[in-house]
Amino acid sequence: MIEIKELGKSFGERVAVDCLSLKIREGEFFALLGSNGAGKTTTIKMMSGLQTPTSGDIKISGESIFSNLQEAKQMMNLSPQETAVAPNLSVKENLEFTAKIYGRDKKEAASRAIEMMEKFGLTDRSKTKAKTLSGGLQRRLSIAMAMITKPRIVFLDEPTLGLDVRARRDLWNILLGLKGKMTIILTTHYLEDVETLADRVGIMHNGKLCALGTTNELKEEYQKHSLEEVFLYVTEDLEVFV
Amino acid sequence: MSSLHLASRNQKEILRDPISLVFGFGLPIVLLLLFSIMQQNMPYELFQIEQLAPGIIVFGFSFLTLFSGMLLGKDRGSSFLMRLFASPLGAKDYIIGYFLPMLPIALLQIVICLIAASFLGLSINANSIVALLVLLIISVLFISFGLLFGTLFTDKQVGGIFALFVNLTAFLSGVWFSLDLIGGAYKAICYLLPFVHAVDAAKAAFEGKYQSLGGSLLIVTSYSVVIMGIAITVFRKRMSS
Repeated sequence: MIEIKELGKSFGERVAVDCLSLKIREGEFFALLGSNGAGKTTTIKMMSGLQTPTSGDIKISGESIFSNLQEAKQMMNLSPQETAVAPNLSVKENLEFTAKIYGRDKKEAASRAIEMMEKFGLTDRSKTKAKTLSGGLQRRLSIAMAMITKPRIVFLDEPTLGLDVRARRDLWNILLGLKGKMTIILTTHYLEDVETLADRVGIMHNGKLCALGTTNELKEEYQKHSLEEVFLYVTEDLEVFV
Repeated sequence: MSSLHLASRNQKEILRDPISLVFGFGLPIVLLLLFSIMQQNMPYELFQIEQLAPGIIVFGFSFLTLFSGMLLGKDRGSSFLMRLFASPLGAKDYIIGYFLPMLPIALLQIVICLIAASFLGLSINANSIVALLVLLIISVLFISFGLLFGTLFTDKQVGGIFALFVNLTAFLSGVWFSLDLIGGAYKAICYLLPFVHAVDAAKAAFEGKYQSLGGSLLIVTSYSVVIMGIAITVFRKRMSS
């Protein structure tokens, strides 16, 4: 269980995340939605230990991640917004490298790389340099690098950004296959991704968590037919009244 | 151990880039050849191989600045560094991981240039071994500059800054001409910077003039420590923010 308690982050006068409280269950696929600058990426960065909050705390199984950050980092991994791969390393080398920096030995890193390549459909590209892969395959590799350490919690920051329809569908299928095996926290602008993949959704706006629930619960609560309508209603309302 | 995995990855990134190989290893050899040919047609001795080779090896180190700066800048720009920051790697792992792989590259540069220079008449003897060690120490200065640039700037900016840096290295180091030819304030400024001291130290080592080697090498080492210290401080600051 991840427990976020009154989390806040300010950059000078600008408040990026404002008193965010949230509980995410073990094995849940949780989607964090919001317009640009809503505070999603800052939240993810704090949850993954990349940024220190100005206030509040994040606990995993009751332990603050900031009390032993190195230990907390061992059980997390992330796939950043941009495809973060080593361009001159092959697919296999990228995967093995990630496993090794998380402390896995050579043999284990190699066997996990094979497992990930099979899972993400990259086996036939094993020796291909990452920079020569298509955008879709690079994205798959980037996510496979996040998964190879078998994290308890994985953060996917806009994983389908810039992918064509086919690549996006392929990635959905892979992510659906991982559901329940680890806690997945996804940020995206694509509401279709959320409706297909997520167990629960949180909508952020101006650094605040404005709505929380399953897509059906949110549609019911706001009396809307689609998640898009809910999203527009929640964020528009706040823009008018805040 | 994780730092060695990062070092290995960084070395592969550099050595698998054909442009790095052409410029880093090829250009110093081309320059050695060109200036040696020019010397053959000159009525006076300006580019003797004993004077030329140490200078060109030091000049070639400016590509270490480019390699290390570009790699770090690119990793920052592509979010690869963010991925690393999310991993359990500690600050010392980054320092070792980005610094260590540059040393074998520097060694390779030195050896390739020495082999080329030996074909052009440079005698290889016991002094050459000392010179090799001195040059390795000098290479730390250029690696430190690269790490500082990569920490402060993006890979595209590093490219632009390198153009300026390589010119500074060329003109303020006395590689291509004796600073006594100009003298005055220009020479004084050159001697405030580390580049001419690096060339002087390399030349002294090749010539076996160990008394004059110490002073120059001390200045170069001091600069290396300061530049590396700044790079580490800025990097740690960026890591925590």
